[in-house]
Amino acid sequence: MQPGKILNVVLRSLFKKPVTSRYPAEKLDMGDKYRGKLKFYQELCIGCKLCMRDCPSNAITIKKIGEKQFSAELDLGKCIYCGQCVDTCPKKALEATNNVELAQLDYSKERVVL
Amino acid sequence: MRKPDIFKVPIGPQHPALKEPESFSVSLSGEKILGVDIRIGYNHRGIEKACEERTYVQDVYLIERICGICSHTHATCFVQAVEEIAGLEVPKRGLYLRTLIAELERIHSHLLWLGVAGHEIGFDTLLMYTWRDREIVMDVLADLTGGRVNYGMNTIGGVRHNITPEQAQKVLTAMDKLEEQTKYYIELALGEATLAARLSGVGVLSHEDCVKLGAVGPTARASNVDRDTRRDDPYAAYGDVSFSVITDDHNDVFGRTVVRVKELMESYSIIRQLLKNLPEGPIAVKAPRKIPIGEAVSRYEAPRGEDVHYVKANGTEKPERVKVRAPTLANVQAVKKMLENRYLADLPIIIAAIDPCFSCTDRMINIREVASKNSRIMEWETLRQKGIEHYRKQGIDFSKVKITQSF
Repeated sequence: MQPGKILNVVLRSLFKKPVTSRYPAEKLDMGDKYRGKLKFYQELCIGCKLCMRDCPSNAITIKKIGEKQFSAELDLGKCIYCGQCVDTCPKKALEATNNVELAQLDYSKERVVL
Repeated sequence: MRKPDIFKVPIGPQHPALKEPESFSVSLSGEKILGVDIRIGYNHRGIEKACEERTYVQDVYLIERICGICSHTHATCFVQAVEEIAGLEVPKRGLYLRTLIAELERIHSHLLWLGVAGHEIGFDTLLMYTWRDREIVMDVLADLTGGRVNYGMNTIGGVRHNITPEQAQKVLTAMDKLEEQTKYYIELALGEATLAARLSGVGVLSHEDCVKLGAVGPTARASNVDRDTRRDDPYAAYGDVSFSVITDDHNDVFGRTVVRVKELMESYSIIRQLLKNLPEGPIAVKAPRKIPIGEAVSRYEAPRGEDVHYVKANGTEKPERVKVRAPTLANVQAVKKMLENRYLADLPIIIAAIDPCFSCTDRMINIREVASKNSRIMEWETLRQKGIEHYRKQGIDFSKVKITQSF
């Protein structure tokens, strides 16, 4: 190999578009499988609390708020977005959305009621 | 007594050349390294102990976070052991998908290493190129599993995400592109005179020393040790694919580069075979919450070498003991040998050449009484009390903090 052969690639790169995208002006395509913030279907929840039991980081809390009615609370700072609760739920009351823009400056806003 | 012309240079625990906290105390005579004292343990996170406090399902995600690069490695190694204890038969498609992610991970890890190695020898152009190409495989992984780093692919009894024919086509297209790039890197690694001149003869580890010190993975294969867990003890779907184990007899950093770059080509071939013969059917079987009494050792060829997990189950939802032997622990002893009689300027690339992952390696700290020289192991509760005492002296009171045991 001749020294300086890598120069070819350098010259070609001069006329290429940058690989990086212009976030946040350009939104990234997250795909359907990307696991972001959870979505909770209250009418489906039976309050078995299996999601709480399987959560690796104790991020989700299911509370009884009325007769056969349950609310779900998620700590966005604790959640590791593994989606195990979605897999565990026997009634499919939880769903992972591809919303990943969850950064907060205010810690108190990290605890959200789904 | 110390000779006057020998002096010690502490490198680390905080040092710009090392990305993770690790201490190397280097004895120098002029610029020549006479000996190195390696001390690990600065980033010990107590994951093995934490595993005992969590259920098997939770452990899969905790174990996955041992390493940021080989996350799939540790998760697979752990679930393999648990599956063996529980006697679960993972469906063929599940095994194939597990292997597919494992090979994609190897590609991203080797490309990452090539970039880091380039950076350590001042060849930053190589870093930019390889990391640009690495994005291709990272995007593929995110598309298949939903995560760039922690894939969350494994579960006890199989895998969690299925793959569609469109996705398989995407993977194949990405492989074609990467193969073309890798051919260029092979040409570069084998032909570029400056690269060969900088890496040849650096960090020499002879075949005998390598066997004696028990090095693993590409570090061992570059010293002509023909050892690969994927072939010697096939797990997942490795028994169904054909590939060759790359060895090299350069014994130095140059050899390790050659081995890794050539292994990339093998990985592309393995992925093509897996996608071509991907069987139909379910991807996972249902696993019981309580794992029966038993113990198992699981081996896995991580990008850095052989990873070993030991799991002991006691019939409850939580494991009795989990033990992790990350590949860097096997390789770190060899670094001492490699550094002997080399120049200080070679230290960063020699350490980087084993592709170290110190956080995975960090072990329990053995407490030794200064007065009696006796060592003792502290109980969980005593250790907590000691921690509270330590912080109280600094004016922080942790005694009111309750440990929530909601598991």
